[in-house]
Amino acid sequence: MSDDAVNIVVDGVPVVARKGQMIMQATDRQGIYIPRFCYHEKLSVAANCRMCLVEVEKAPKPMPACATPVTEGMKVFTKSPRAISAQKATMEFLLINHPLDCPICDQGGECELQDLAMGFGRDIARYAERKRVVKDKNLGPLVSTDMTRCIHCTRCVRFGQEIQGFPQLGTTGRGEHMEITTYVEQSVDHELSANIVDLCPVGALNNKPFRFRGRSWEMTQHALVSPHDAVGSNLYAHVLRGQLMRIVPRQNDEINETWISDRDRFGFEGIYSEDRVQQPLLRVEGELRPVDWETALAAAVDGLSQARDRHGPKSIGFLASPSSTVEEFFLAAQIARALGTDNIDHRLRQTDFSGQDRDAAFPGIGVALTDIDKLQGILVIGSHLRAEVPLLAHRIRTAAIKGGAKVAFLNPQRFEYLFPALQHALDGKDLLTEMCGVVHACAQISNQSVPAGIATASVSDDHRALARALLNGERRAVFLGHLAQRHPAYSQIIALARVLAQLSGATFGVITEGANAAGAYLSGAVPHRHSGGEPRSHAGLHARSMLDSVLQAYVLLGDIDAPEDFAKGPASLQRSEFIVAITPHLSQALRSVAHVVLPIGTFAETSGTYVNCEGRWQSWAGAAKPVGESRPGWKVLRVLGNLFGLPGFEYATSEEVRDAAKVLCNLEASVLSGAHATEAHADARSAAIAAPWVHVPIYQSDALVRRSASLAKTNGGQLAIGAL
Amino acid sequence: MQGIRNFIKTYLLLDMFQGLWVTLKNMFRPKITINYPEEKTPQSARFRGLHALRRYPNGEERCIACKLCEAVCPALAITIESDVSNDGTRRTTRYDIDLFKCIYCGFCEEACPVDAIVETRLHEYHMEERGENIMSKDKLLAIGDRYEAMIAQDRAADAPYR
Repeated sequence: MSDDAVNIVVDGVPVVARKGQMIMQATDRQGIYIPRFCYHEKLSVAANCRMCLVEVEKAPKPMPACATPVTEGMKVFTKSPRAISAQKATMEFLLINHPLDCPICDQGGECELQDLAMGFGRDIARYAERKRVVKDKNLGPLVSTDMTRCIHCTRCVRFGQEIQGFPQLGTTGRGEHMEITTYVEQSVDHELSANIVDLCPVGALNNKPFRFRGRSWEMTQHALVSPHDAVGSNLYAHVLRGQLMRIVPRQNDEINETWISDRDRFGFEGIYSEDRVQQPLLRVEGELRPVDWETALAAAVDGLSQARDRHGPKSIGFLASPSSTVEEFFLAAQIARALGTDNIDHRLRQTDFSGQDRDAAFPGIGVALTDIDKLQGILVIGSHLRAEVPLLAHRIRTAAIKGGAKVAFLNPQRFEYLFPALQHALDGKDLLTEMCGVVHACAQISNQSVPAGIATASVSDDHRALARALLNGERRAVFLGHLAQRHPAYSQIIALARVLAQLSGATFGVITEGANAAGAYLSGAVPHRHSGGEPRSHAGLHARSMLDSVLQAYVLLGDIDAPEDFAKGPASLQRSEFIVAITPHLSQALRSVAHVVLPIGTFAETSGTYVNCEGRWQSWAGAAKPVGESRPGWKVLRVLGNLFGLPGFEYATSEEVRDAAKVLCNLEASVLSGAHATEAHADARSAAIAAPWVHVPIYQSDALVRRSASLAKTNGGQLAIGAL
Repeated sequence: MQGIRNFIKTYLLLDMFQGLWVTLKNMFRPKITINYPEEKTPQSARFRGLHALRRYPNGEERCIACKLCEAVCPALAITIESDVSNDGTRRTTRYDIDLFKCIYCGFCEEACPVDAIVETRLHEYHMEERGENIMSKDKLLAIGDRYEAMIAQDRAADAPYR
């Protein structure tokens, strides 16, 4: 037993707590429940609801369990007459001003106040005076307010200060006149803001798009994984009569803790957008007409076979959304390779592929998400982190705020990060030159030899500052973001970043686009890798060259919008002979070019697997009923494989497909493959490249998010319609 | 002592004779024959017949789409969809009762916090077409509007006991 163990007795049961812990933390770990409203394990202690009053031996008065530190030999009684009467008295006070509108309150049925009122409330109110009424505040399009219901636990206020880093809500007035209010009207537009909906123990803050549409008890809950970024946040989908009604977080302390981004929560609205494909479509006499599945599948097989027979297998290209599932990637890769082509890629927004042979087994951030909090020196290159991966930004913020890590950013411009960070904005300067400077500075500071090729790089004070931030402490990491990956000189950026990581002893990681880039690499949806991640001797065409040269036939897999999802305009699609779109949505551009459209389910309507940025395989079963006649993507691909007469396409479940893909991966070697096996090399070529930065606004990142009406109404969504 | 008493009761068949006495009494009671439908027996104010949705005197729908009736319905006869109405209040967009499923237990009116769904005295109704068993929101409101006076009177009569 460690030195900081403290022995206490709770309700006669001996409990071992750690020094400095509060009673509540010790009892929670022991499974002893103490009622609470303001206490939340991820937030600081406020002790202002007084619901957790317990009796402590020798204490003159009942003590709040959330704010009373444990001491050796302490005796706590959570259910003694004195504790219970204190809790009941608190409940009576809380209910004085709380309206009795549970029948119209969306929180009804999942309300902490309602639950505890069943246990601790009186049957009859003694309060006959007037109840208080509070004006509702406008918190924007995501969060609805009924402020009369507020019990002033201040969880939302603390969330703003501690998690967002941006206090959007605050309290004014005291006692009876206390109100939760915004500093600026309608200013709740942080990318994690809607988490206050889950935090609010009553119905004061609620999910606005979901308002009045369903009840907690009538919906069924299904586990899902977020399709919007590479963190792979764990979600629960709440489904009513086959329709997905809302999404709430599923707690997983190793990934998303209890938070999810607003994109994860409201992005699903795209599932029910108007341009969902309801049934298979086939181009007949120049226009797309609804047909049955057999006809459409046969037409797809016919068209692809004809293209292969006439122009050879290399004339077929597979372009997949980076948020497709492992099963879809794997089956598509199997079909592509069986047809005789290696032209398959998911890196739709990347433009420079020349360094792809040195890629790791799969791209990842190189550290476990839980270890990010413990990092001490972090350098992020080419990333608008909060917009790209909000929960990773939160982890890095925690490292900076709680762990005292030095965080530095090398970005084309300054972004708002809401924590003390060293930002070096390029402001038009060339990224490669600057990176060479940082590498040089890093070598100088750590007394190592400057790598050949960059010895001539000039070093400024800014470079030294960035290098010093990275060299802070023992545990360091270099991350490359989405902006860097879309850069026309990405191969050199990644090479320099690897050198930098090697020099500084940092782990190296790439923050990939889409939810499943790692899964795409591991299941072979890249032109230069087999399924399983083994390199191929002859690489096929990558995404850009597939679009640069007009291929005879394209297969578009997953939720891809042209031109938003492509680095380069989809002009070559228009000149292609045959296009099969296996997709949930059909954008106008695709509608004009596709020859066969096979509707598939989105992430919520199919079972599947994502591999997140740390290499964690997460599978889920479908939640909602597929819209129209759409079918899970893996089933469509399986049947296509059957129609092509390919051997081995006898999978009965998506789990079998996943296992077939997984068994090829040498997982021991590839898990957390920060160990990018190849030697780093650098070269200080620098020719300034015109307009190298492609910004994708936060609520334009994928096809589902772009179709979410609620997100489009937010300030972030409004900005997205313009330039950035 | 109790045991002896039970023993005697059992073997003298006292309970059976007590029961048969009721039968005997009723053999000599006057018989009632009602010429239905011209004549009808009196109904309780609590009679549970056809459903209705009520309005407030100002014409506003009572139903607030809390879905408690849907939750309590043992036969799963009620289907409700709700949304924000034009004036920002919580309202149903669909309120269906399947009369084939309904067992007329009255739990829905018991559960209703605003006395919106009620079971009226009406029990003489029929269906001619397939699908008429589904009482939609419009039909239920129409019944409520038509028989509001009767419903209100029945509620008032029952109010002291609720």
